[in-house]
Amino acid sequence: MSTLSRMPVAAADRVKPRRLPGVDGVWVAIGADSVIFAILFLTFMQDRLKDLALFEMSRHTLNMNFGGIDTLILLTSSWSVALAIQALKRGLADRVPRYFLGGALTGLLFMMSKSIEYFQKFAEGLTPATNPFYMWYFTLTGIHLLHVVFGTSLLTYVWIKSRRGAYSSSNRVVPECVASYWHLVDLLWIVIFPLLYLMKVA
Amino acid sequence: MSVVPERVTLVWLGLVVLTCVTTWGLSKDLFTPAVAVVGIFLIAALKVRFVMLDFMELRRAPIPVRVAFEAWPVVVAAMILGFWFATSTVA
Repeated sequence: MSTLSRMPVAAADRVKPRRLPGVDGVWVAIGADSVIFAILFLTFMQDRLKDLALFEMSRHTLNMNFGGIDTLILLTSSWSVALAIQALKRGLADRVPRYFLGGALTGLLFMMSKSIEYFQKFAEGLTPATNPFYMWYFTLTGIHLLHVVFGTSLLTYVWIKSRRGAYSSSNRVVPECVASYWHLVDLLWIVIFPLLYLMKVA
Repeated sequence: MSVVPERVTLVWLGLVVLTCVTTWGLSKDLFTPAVAVVGIFLIAALKVRFVMLDFMELRRAPIPVRVAFEAWPVVVAAMILGFWFATSTVA
């Protein structure tokens, strides 16, 4: 009898309903943004085909250390935000603000790193008008940077709200939406970085 | 407080290691361009997959949504590598 009475609980645990964090609309936006970036990557590859030597020569002027460190910054930022959501789910609301603050500060760090890189390029006289590679470099990293600025603003907002105790394990839709968007920003950079900085010619 | 690290922490550590392998390993001239580029983009696709499954929590998402999102790194990596190999035959 005791075995029988335990079975439904165990079964219920296994069939825990599948769900998307946040609201469905955010996932539509994330999906649409992902498709737009995939099309941009495709167009970049087509343009690269037109002048391989120019793209390769220009790629060598980029500093891959910047790109690699930027990747580590965003991965760490995403991790911090994922920890915030885990803490919320487990009812550890007091830990949530510090993780969101970590996410926002690392977002700021990424902006600073990108600014330094842009200033270096401008100082060397390299602009979007220099050649098609640089047009792509500034377009892809620029659109991504706008995503970072927007995401960091959202993280700052949820950090402030979480300090005031606005979120809990049963009230976490807004932070989940922000977190999902922030992870998108991370994963887009995971592709942009090797595409621009690391892809050598055959 | 648990002494066992969160899964997201283990995933983050793995992603950091893979990033270092890509940036400061595969990109060097120790490898042929084909090996380097294939390795770099397969690792990028793997990293995207783990960000999706563990950071974005798509592991527990409805199956059609999970499949649609998991297709993204596969399609993007296949498209980039497809173009790269087409380009290498042109070059």
